[in-house]
Amino acid sequence: MPERTVLLALALAAVSGLLGLLFPRRSPWGQRLTTLVAVAAGSLGLAGVAHYWQRGDSEAIVYPWNLLPGAEFHVLVDGLSAVFLVPIFAVFLLGSIYGLGYWRQAEYPDSGRKLRVFYGFLAAGMAVVVVARNAILFIFGWEVMALSAFFLVATEDERADVRAAGWLYLVATHTATLSLFATFMLFRAASGSYDLVPIATGAATPAMLNSIFGLALLGFGIKAGIMPLHVWLPTSHAMAPSHVSAIMSGVIIKMGVYGLVRMSSLLPLTVEWGVIVLGLGAISAVLGVAFAIGQQDLKRLLAYSSIENIGIVFLGLGLAMLGRSLERPDLVVLGLAGALLHVVNHSFFKSMLFLAAGSVIHATHTRDIDLLGGLSKRMRWTALAFVIGAVAICGLPPLNGFVSEFVIYLGLFGTLGADHHALVSAVAFGAPVLAFVGALAVACFVRAYGVVFLGVPRTAPASHAHESPPSILFALAVLALGCMALGLYPPLAVLPLGQAVQAWAPDIADATADLERLVPWQPLSTLALSLAAGLAAVGTLLWTQLGRSRVHESVTWGCGYQGGTPRIQYTSSSFGEMLVGLFSWALRPRIHLPFIKQLFPQESYFRSHVPDPVLDEAVVPGLYWSANLLAWFRVFQQGSIHLYLTYIFAALLVLLLIPQ
Amino acid sequence: MHDPINTAIQIVVVLLLPPLLQGVIGKTKALFAGRMGPPFLQQYYDLFKLFQKDSVFSTTTTWIFRAGPVVALVTAFVAALFIPMGSPRSAVSFVGDPIVLAYVLGLSRFFTTSAALDTGSPFEGMGAAREVTFACLAEPALFLGLLVIANLTGSLQLDTMLGTVTDHWSTEGASLALVLTGWSIVLLAENCRIPFDDPNTHLELTMIHEVMVLDHSGPAFGMILYGASMKLLIFSALVVRLLIPLTGQGPWLDWPLFIAGALVVAVLVGVMESSMARLRLTHVPALLISACMLSAFGFVLLMR
Amino acid sequence: MFELFDVALILAVALNFVFLGVSRTRAVINAVALQGALIGTFILFVQPDVGLRGILLALVTIALKGRIIPTFLLHAMREADIQHEVEPVVGFIPSLLLGGVGTALAIAFSNTLPLTSEHAHLLLVPASFSTVWTGFLLLTTRRQAIMQVLGYLVLENGIYLFGLLLLEAMPFLVEMGVLLDVFTGVFVMGIIVHHINVEFDSISTAYLRNLKE
Repeated sequence: MPERTVLLALALAAVSGLLGLLFPRRSPWGQRLTTLVAVAAGSLGLAGVAHYWQRGDSEAIVYPWNLLPGAEFHVLVDGLSAVFLVPIFAVFLLGSIYGLGYWRQAEYPDSGRKLRVFYGFLAAGMAVVVVARNAILFIFGWEVMALSAFFLVATEDERADVRAAGWLYLVATHTATLSLFATFMLFRAASGSYDLVPIATGAATPAMLNSIFGLALLGFGIKAGIMPLHVWLPTSHAMAPSHVSAIMSGVIIKMGVYGLVRMSSLLPLTVEWGVIVLGLGAISAVLGVAFAIGQQDLKRLLAYSSIENIGIVFLGLGLAMLGRSLERPDLVVLGLAGALLHVVNHSFFKSMLFLAAGSVIHATHTRDIDLLGGLSKRMRWTALAFVIGAVAICGLPPLNGFVSEFVIYLGLFGTLGADHHALVSAVAFGAPVLAFVGALAVACFVRAYGVVFLGVPRTAPASHAHESPPSILFALAVLALGCMALGLYPPLAVLPLGQAVQAWAPDIADATADLERLVPWQPLSTLALSLAAGLAAVGTLLWTQLGRSRVHESVTWGCGYQGGTPRIQYTSSSFGEMLVGLFSWALRPRIHLPFIKQLFPQESYFRSHVPDPVLDEAVVPGLYWSANLLAWFRVFQQGSIHLYLTYIFAALLVLLLIPQ
Repeated sequence: MHDPINTAIQIVVVLLLPPLLQGVIGKTKALFAGRMGPPFLQQYYDLFKLFQKDSVFSTTTTWIFRAGPVVALVTAFVAALFIPMGSPRSAVSFVGDPIVLAYVLGLSRFFTTSAALDTGSPFEGMGAAREVTFACLAEPALFLGLLVIANLTGSLQLDTMLGTVTDHWSTEGASLALVLTGWSIVLLAENCRIPFDDPNTHLELTMIHEVMVLDHSGPAFGMILYGASMKLLIFSALVVRLLIPLTGQGPWLDWPLFIAGALVVAVLVGVMESSMARLRLTHVPALLISACMLSAFGFVLLMR
Repeated sequence: MFELFDVALILAVALNFVFLGVSRTRAVINAVALQGALIGTFILFVQPDVGLRGILLALVTIALKGRIIPTFLLHAMREADIQHEVEPVVGFIPSLLLGGVGTALAIAFSNTLPLTSEHAHLLLVPASFSTVWTGFLLLTTRRQAIMQVLGYLVLENGIYLFGLLLLEAMPFLVEMGVLLDVFTGVFVMGIIVHHINVEFDSISTAYLRNLKE
């Protein structure tokens, strides 16, 4: 039974960090043991998932759990859980190995052990979320995950900016939890129990269902980082250690997606919800990547790009929801399979990009891309990993990002020609939106890759960079291979995705067969393989041919100007200037121009940056405003015990007087 | 590969026709300027000469710089195989191939612009930035057009789409005319023709595509030129097949018809280049957004 | 016949995008002239058996909208030495997008109108709304007084298009009134342009703010 394997794996993950506490602070053996256990836990978990896909013999494990009325230890692996378990265990495993080189106990004696304890808890919490079939157990796992993530973000808590990022994250995650409490309470009112089982059509009023869905969208949307609810995401991703950022971006935000996917499988869906999710997805995708183009901090850039990718996932999910409410199994299959495949793909390439970014930070001690440059000569393998991740995240063939976007495209085009509803015809506009996002992503990642790795080093740290240790490169290599495997041979994904879709929409006769029929898996694979082979063949042909003619080396042609310095290169700001200008209505870039007063002006400088307008101009002023408003209640808090006793008495009186 | 004859013809046409299109454009422009102009076959000579030459590489560059031209050429060739040209079936075809077409060209963009940044030259950085920016606006226009055609033909396979779309000119001509206009603008933008970019200008500050490839020389430059010509063929083919139906009389009539159509497109591009000036760079996005609007308008008309 | 009319209407709507996206004032004047002339021919589409008076009216409209008013405006541009390109309050790209959204909404809205079956499948109503919307955008987002005159003209083109629907009910009454309106409108605006120019050495309406006291 896969459940036992998964439970064992998550228990191992949870204790992995605790074992490290048994060793003294200075000893490297604690970290080694922790990593060993983490690798065992990750492999065991992945083996459990593989076993499930092969046999499909899952069986619920149920134990009574008298924590709260309605609570029950109820665990079941189904197709959906299996798909989400893959990134959880894979990224946890690789992140732990990466930590051996990136967060060595010898270098970080104070924070290292704490980090690994919570890293293990985080993985265990997420695994509980994914397999839980009882709302209380779900919330329990959710909180373990949310709080461990807080401690992980705040790993370097001696720094004020890290603490601020941690607090921001904590506020956001608690808002999400509050919303989920309300969701599940309403859910119980509608379904009669905390068990996560579908609500029958007609069992609850539309108003009730709308509020359940709205609250779930708010709670899970905050965790997923969908566009106006993303305020916590960029800062905490940037401030956390890179392997923590990798698991946050690759896996934690996917828990929000999982929650919404699970919840939407339990409720009778309406067309409007599908369109809302789709619309949110479109907004997130476009604005997420637009913000990414405006960033100069490499990890903030990657964080905004996660918002974009969550947007793409929501496009697919919205489509699936639409398909189910319209009883169009083809839209369900294509939308959900595309969304889930993108979840897995994104967890691979985004984790890889964060780990590669960590490798760069490890070598240069800066996250500012305008201070870097020319790293691909000094960090060849990191650069190679980054370019693979960049091609994959732009959704370009022959790598995996293309496959999931392709499936979502097929679904979006599938809405054509069916005149169900006025809104549905508007959904087809998702296809050009996705094309726009794809092109913007190319701009974003060419900019990031080009400015960080290509050209000549802009500053001393960049010119003295060195390649990272093997443990870092190993993690990058495994993820790169994952991206290539799913890109070159996508039929691998058919069975897991088919089972997941089947679990989400049991009314479809045979989701796997539908998926096989609707998507040209084999041609996609042939295309990717022949493209890769063609590139390799022509490349080899040309450069062996060149070997026979003469190759000269020279400096870059400066169009006649030979006094160039590294600083003359195009910077990230100049590269993104036109696109930031096109989006200036949303990005609100801050531009500090020099003001020249006299002839022969003094040395001056120009700065521009793109802050987050939702945080700076809506959330923070809104919180100040509400704090001022609520300050009025201070009059009740006078510090006098007598007054408080009076309050209690008054409250009792009121309760007694309320008519039964 | 259902039809070996047509597949073979398509491969030959994709390999041989593109440089001629450039020759026709050059000749047309020369005629307008009252010159003799270079011969029609000029680009064949150029390519031949470039592939004989030595190469010069900047010491700044890495493998990306050498990969750029290879990717540009291979992707253009692969993409061209998806386009139905003078036969009802294209050489490679499956459901969703228009998406593949766009993304394969996206791969080419990724590597050519990265290769430009690899040199560390500010001019090439500028060109790369412009290339990716304008592509962001051209891509939705292409897809909005696809939306219209997919909706009319009920298919998402380029050869079926373009094979049957011409039947709808009598009923939904307005929408198709809008898509045709939108795609023509995309053709000019993607191939860096006037009014977006002047391939013959001599000021690096105003260029887009040419400035990106300043540092490429010899065979690498030849591959870039060849790939760019193939891209012109791809977009010409889209426009030609949107407008002209095949006769259905077999390859011996259809292929010459298609080639004539592609050459006419080349002549029209030449006329366009002779009769108008480049747009100011800041106005380029407006034109591309207009192309999107036109195609979107075409789609909205269908939904009416 | 109706198919050709649809194409002509789409051309008129496409010209709306030209007004919004083109920066050179002279080019916009020419485009407005083209739209005016195009719209002048529409009366022949709507009522093919319109007779001599109809043809005469079409000719008058074409001459007025397509030739006389634009010539007058171009003359004004030369006389008043107006700048050729002025960045609008709302940029070209946002105004293009607004125009596109407006056109889509116009199509959606006209589907909900209770039109006679004769008119329902025609693009006349959405084209009219779209043109009115474009005129409104030009009026509100452009700085130059001459662009505002053009905005009025486009607005009027839109109203004229709508008036074509009423052709059978009230032949010529609407048209003559509308044409007269335009003529006075342009006349008055011409005087205003001239005076702004004389007073402020520029015809940017931004300077009119100084008069708010």
